[in-house]
Amino acid sequence: MSVRSLPPDELVDAARSGNRRAIGRLLTLVERGGAVADAITDLTHPLIGGAHVVGITGAPGAGKSTLTGQLTRILPEMGLTPAVLAVDPSSPLSGGAILGDRVRMDGVAGEEVFIRSVATRGHAGGLALSVPGAVRVFDAVGFDPVIIETVGVGQVEVDVVGAADTAVVVVNPGWGDAVQANKAGLLEVADVFVINKADRPGANDTRRDLELMLDLSHMSGQEDESGYRPPIIMTTATDGSGVSNVWDAVQAHRAHLDATGKLAERRAARLRYEVANRVDAALGARITAALDGYDLDPDRSPAAHAENVVGLITLS
Amino acid sequence: MPEEHKIRVVLAKLGLDGHDRGIKVVARILRDAGIEVIYLGLRQTTESIVSAAEQEDADAIGLSMHNAGHLVLAPAMMAALDDADLDIPLIIGGIVPDVDVPVLQAAGVAAILGPGAPADEVVAAVRNAVAAAAT
Amino acid sequence: MSQDQDAYQAAWEAAVDGAPMREVPFETMSGVPIDAVYGDGPFPGQYPYTRGLFPAGYRSRLWTMRMFAGFGTAEDTNLRFKDILRNGGTGLSTAFDMPTLMGRDSDSSWSLGEVGRAGVAVDTLADMEDLYADIDLSRVSTSMTINGPAAIVLAMYVAVAELGGVPRAQLAGTIQNDILKEYQAQKEYIYPPRPSMRIVTDMIDFTNTEMPRWHPVSISGYHIREAGSNAAQELAFTLANGFAYVEAAIAEGQDVNEFGRRLSFFFNSHSDFFEEIGKFRAARRIWARWMKERFGATDERAMMCRFHTQTAGVSLTAQQPENNIGRVAIQALAGVLGGTQSLHTDSFDEALALPTEKAARIALRTQQIVAHETGAALVADPLGGSNYVEWMTDEMERRAEAVFAHLEDLGNGSILEGVYAGIDNGYFVGEIADSAYRFEREVNAGRRIIVGVNEFTDGNEEGQANLLRIDSETEEYQRKRLETVKHDRDSAAVARTLGAVTAAAEDPSVNLMPPIIDAVESYATLEEIVMAMEQVFGTYVEQAIV
Repeated sequence: MSVRSLPPDELVDAARSGNRRAIGRLLTLVERGGAVADAITDLTHPLIGGAHVVGITGAPGAGKSTLTGQLTRILPEMGLTPAVLAVDPSSPLSGGAILGDRVRMDGVAGEEVFIRSVATRGHAGGLALSVPGAVRVFDAVGFDPVIIETVGVGQVEVDVVGAADTAVVVVNPGWGDAVQANKAGLLEVADVFVINKADRPGANDTRRDLELMLDLSHMSGQEDESGYRPPIIMTTATDGSGVSNVWDAVQAHRAHLDATGKLAERRAARLRYEVANRVDAALGARITAALDGYDLDPDRSPAAHAENVVGLITLS
Repeated sequence: MPEEHKIRVVLAKLGLDGHDRGIKVVARILRDAGIEVIYLGLRQTTESIVSAAEQEDADAIGLSMHNAGHLVLAPAMMAALDDADLDIPLIIGGIVPDVDVPVLQAAGVAAILGPGAPADEVVAAVRNAVAAAAT
Repeated sequence: MSQDQDAYQAAWEAAVDGAPMREVPFETMSGVPIDAVYGDGPFPGQYPYTRGLFPAGYRSRLWTMRMFAGFGTAEDTNLRFKDILRNGGTGLSTAFDMPTLMGRDSDSSWSLGEVGRAGVAVDTLADMEDLYADIDLSRVSTSMTINGPAAIVLAMYVAVAELGGVPRAQLAGTIQNDILKEYQAQKEYIYPPRPSMRIVTDMIDFTNTEMPRWHPVSISGYHIREAGSNAAQELAFTLANGFAYVEAAIAEGQDVNEFGRRLSFFFNSHSDFFEEIGKFRAARRIWARWMKERFGATDERAMMCRFHTQTAGVSLTAQQPENNIGRVAIQALAGVLGGTQSLHTDSFDEALALPTEKAARIALRTQQIVAHETGAALVADPLGGSNYVEWMTDEMERRAEAVFAHLEDLGNGSILEGVYAGIDNGYFVGEIADSAYRFEREVNAGRRIIVGVNEFTDGNEEGQANLLRIDSETEEYQRKRLETVKHDRDSAAVARTLGAVTAAAEDPSVNLMPPIIDAVESYATLEEIVMAMEQVFGTYVEQAIV
């Protein structure tokens, strides 16, 4: 019998004994959602061991995948077992996708690392539901750290990284890159900044821009009250230089979280975010179902209709 | 109505052959048919393709061959899949002369797409191979 | 007629007077006598060479009918070379197999199934000795189609010649060595762009001083087109790459008049007849103007865009393959009316395999029909002055200039930096993939008819016949050959010379060619030398997808 057709509990057992096919299958089932995904979530949740969840985001072409690939090369040397969730957008027209992060990690990623490509699959809530489930599978199977890589252009993509234990924001040298990152809301979530392609002209200008923005957020009181200030790391991911400094900075952030008790806070917030999204999705389905059987009299006020429908959902 | 399961296909060039016009066109054809393509790009080995197919839980693997190496490379890929106990359908696209088609089929290749195969034939080949493997 | 036109006319007449002429009647089939050129100046042979490089066009000399060949072992190819020479040929064109093109030895696991399949396998100097055995290299011109490991193969050629007593200064030929288009289209790269560019400029410098009859770069749009670009992109990307090499060589302190004379180009000729002709004419005009105005060339020979043309392999259909003979004839005629210096015509059966001997002969005959039966070679630039062709030439130029402006913008005023940036950010591969996909969708939607593919398909049911097959014995033979060479060589010398290659790679002020020549002379393998540089230069993986 193929691994692929095992029931969820046997799949989880196979995955935990190191069967990569089973891990791959669990990720597929979690991503599809529904009752089977919920069953897997129920099975894996008690097994999680607190893997450090690292989000990496930045503009397209910033070098996130190459940086991620380089991290997965050095982490096993430290005795760590990284897994990567690489998120790329789906085509809004067809729902299909071309997921190319493995190409960009090719030749730099460690051989034993587990990489999974994920498409955003259109509907905004999809990613918010599937990513925590996939992270939980990785954690339950024993991977640590779990790296989530997204393009920092959509709100959900940014939120998913922001909900990680440590969020790394990658920018490039060049006038305005830091400004763009700021506009995209990336600076607010950053725990570590990386200026990748630091061998290019303008790297120091970009560092100065970032420092300035951090100063401003300090003055406006947005900075962490514990005094944590995101470090700025210079890298050239294509040849690996500076990459170990990135991991050192991630570790330092983790130490800060541990020392201040903020890790538990973050994880509670993440759980709340996940539960909120699940409730949102469940209610959304019930709203649709309720509306499907509801007679929308055009002569009545929308406010009155809404009140009725809420009543139907609450009763059901 | 439950959403139909998305098909996930790993596309790669195996070996040194660098002709990637066809595989890139195929990637877009599949994307535009609602399929998720995990693109591995150039210079892949049978090991790297097996590893990606496992991790990605691929429903099918598509390899593009333009260097007349298909009689060696396609059976090598089938053998690697067998060794890894992966029952994922393998589809070969590119330049395969008619006389080689039965040879590749006998080796276990699920579908062969020749030069100039129209888009709907490409999509149908993938869907059919995936459907056949699921039964 | 204006004063300018009088001056063009007088200069042209003077030039034609001194030009050689073929011994054929310059008249139509009906006996109507015809002039060497019609219309207005600037005439053929006059800056900016829109109408051709030579005042009397093909009246002086037909284009070179260069046919690209080679497969199997070096010994097999050597026999074919000798056959060509016995039949009066003077040009040897060498195709290498895929492992050689990628800098891999025949015993590498990467080479499985590919050794000797699409060209000759060269692992060490010993193979090169077999390839050119009993051929007087001082009397032939050799064209070698290789890019990533070009420096090593050129070093082997120099070593073979000198072993045979022919000094390197007497060697004539061309090595493709156009690494930039590898990142954009053909994908046979080894190192990242910047160190690869250093190898190219080292080779330009080396041939400048030591091999004056050698063409160190053939800037190739052919592969860009085959990868899916349209005609205007082929024109623009190819010339931009040319500008990049010129910028790089000038930055190394080299003389634009010196190396500029020895740059040549290689274009594709596809089926859209007038667009192709416009493209060729625009290429000459743009190159001349940029070399003169932008790069300060003063020698007219350094402004001339000399090019080889090959018919479009990608246009050949597997369906009803005999139809390809018609396609190739039309494409060949476009190349000739566009003023190419040499031409390769594809064989009709090449959509599926390497050409059979008969198909290759028909391809050559097709060129000969164009040359001797159509009258196209009797008048220089016969389409010059056509409203449509002149407009198309201008339009191709406009589209190319828009690309140059974009690249200059990307490179802050430098085309070289713009080309690097365009490689890095996926501009070239993205543009090419977009064009390829657009073409595919047009064919799928039936908006573009390809005979035998989406229309006129009666006859497709006929089976394919007579394909050339390469057996796998070549691979076994070549592996054993390499094993013997490795066993017999002085391994201490190999280690020492490879160390010197690595040391030279670390020092940008050293020319890489001399230590590479030393290494090949010690019978270091192609892959060993590639790796000796890779330690310093690293490897390249394409980042951009789709």
